[in-house]
Amino acid sequence: MNNPSEQPVETTEGGGMTRRTAIKALGATLGAAAFAQAIAPLTEWTENMTMDEYLQKHYKELSPFDLGVVMSRLEAETKAETGVDVHIGDYRPQPGVKFGYALNLSICVGCRRCAQACHVENNHDRPSGNSYIRVLEMEKGSLDLAKGRVNYDKPVPSKDKFYMPVQCQQCDKPPCVSVCPVEATWKESDGIVVVDYNWCIGCRYCEAACPYHARRFNWTKPQIPPEEINPDQGYLSNRLRPQGVMEKCTFCLHKTRQGKLPACLEACPTGARVFGNLLDPESEIRWVLKNKRVFVLKEDAGTRPSFFYFFDE
Amino acid sequence: MKRRAPICLVLTALVLVATGGQWLLRASASGADIPSAAQSTQVDATTQTAPVASRPEVPPHRPRGHHPSVATGIADAHGNTTAVACMTCHATRASDLDNGAAGGTPKTFHQGLAYAHGGQSCLSCHHSEDYDALRLADGRKLAFSDAQKLCSQCHGPQTRDYLNGSHGGMRGYWDKSKGTRTRNTCTDCHDPHAPAFPQLTPVFAPRDGAARQQAERDAARVRNSTQPSAHE
Ligand code: SF4
Ligand code: SF4
Repeated sequence: MNNPSEQPVETTEGGGMTRRTAIKALGATLGAAAFAQAIAPLTEWTENMTMDEYLQKHYKELSPFDLGVVMSRLEAETKAETGVDVHIGDYRPQPGVKFGYALNLSICVGCRRCAQACHVENNHDRPSGNSYIRVLEMEKGSLDLAKGRVNYDKPVPSKDKFYMPVQCQQCDKPPCVSVCPVEATWKESDGIVVVDYNWCIGCRYCEAACPYHARRFNWTKPQIPPEEINPDQGYLSNRLRPQGVMEKCTFCLHKTRQGKLPACLEACPTGARVFGNLLDPESEIRWVLKNKRVFVLKEDAGTRPSFFYFFDE
Repeated sequence: MKRRAPICLVLTALVLVATGGQWLLRASASGADIPSAAQSTQVDATTQTAPVASRPEVPPHRPRGHHPSVATGIADAHGNTTAVACMTCHATRASDLDNGAAGGTPKTFHQGLAYAHGGQSCLSCHHSEDYDALRLADGRKLAFSDAQKLCSQCHGPQTRDYLNGSHGGMRGYWDKSKGTRTRNTCTDCHDPHAPAFPQLTPVFAPRDGAARQQAERDAARVRNSTQPSAHE
């Protein structure tokens, strides 16, 4: 039973691979030095871990009861650490819903309010100014992302420029998911690619695999003044992250799975952003797909994004 | 589930060995690395983000009620701003179509009103007989609160997009069966007298690795371009 040679090395839907086999397989293929490198975050950040946390099973395998226990523990830990009463919900995909997001590049003025709203909503690290959204200032007439500039500071929009916010594209063929050695990241039925922060070992393979640079790594424990903590949290989204784990845009699933609009859309003053259910033919996102000439980023990467861009005619 | 249990034990043992058992001690002191309130005040001021507004800094032009008014620009004895109802003047004054004819600013009343909205005159949109109302192209009266209808006479594609949820900021629910949403209308963001969307100051300058790397690349490019080339 415990003979590792009997364990499948390929990851399969539903989890054939465990942390231990993954680590063994890694050790075999990478050599000792690379192996030590790969598990370094594991040995480092266990210092801040509790026993319960360590023994917690993979989110997908927890029964609703166990999950309730995990949520309460995380809430209690947040209270002890920060003094803030938070609610951590377990928001599940709704049947019949597959999220899509579209962005009108003719309207976007590049004001970065979306990136700021993400920062506030998702309890991002304050000192590094983290956000899941990067807004690229692009030359009109070119779609070369490599030429996009993120650190523009003049009043926007400037002449001869357009602005392209980039965040997780919630790909249908997510390369980030398939490279994860421990299945700490996966795609849910509503299309959202999630990370279980209590399962991620911090190897950063997914960060390297993402063609859109959509993943962010917590090099340090994110710092937020207690009075700025957003207490409405989701287990798989904006709860306070530990050190040494990967995080990414979740389309604000703690909001959107309750029917609400994502924070970046609500902050957008121009209405450049359109969000909704791709499976509902009456939805606004479907209207955009049908009536505008939409495109996806890096189509040749074969990632099949759920995020679309368009220009007005 | 069954397979997981022994694995957890193995890993736990491994970690205990690797950390010399300190980890168990640290577990009881968890929270030691959490910044105190005093530390957190050192956070850069630009990250002290205010609640995000869904509207840009554009003066809202939404005269309301049965007797819409405009600000006089004069404060009363208490320092409060004052407004005057449109009809206070317009009930007795004849329309002056030459006052600020297309492109200029009005010379007598409404001085300083910067007008930049195509070749219209005041009375293209304001009703010449009832200044409490707007005027549709066919001469019908329209309440100020319905101004969007007036705009849509010329701005068809924008109206179509607005009606299909892809123009103009909004808040609330994407799932209309679960809740409502509030939406901006045209004049929340566009000054009807000068409707071009104003330039905004971008907020929240990025400070992550990508931004830093780019700043370095930019600097390198500037350095390279200021060095004399080999042929000179
Ligand atoms: S808030 Fe809207 S207009 Fe501003 S950068 Fe983001 S998408 Fe563009
Ligand atoms: S954009 Fe990147 S992080 Fe998001 S699903 Fe695609 S590969 Fe994964």
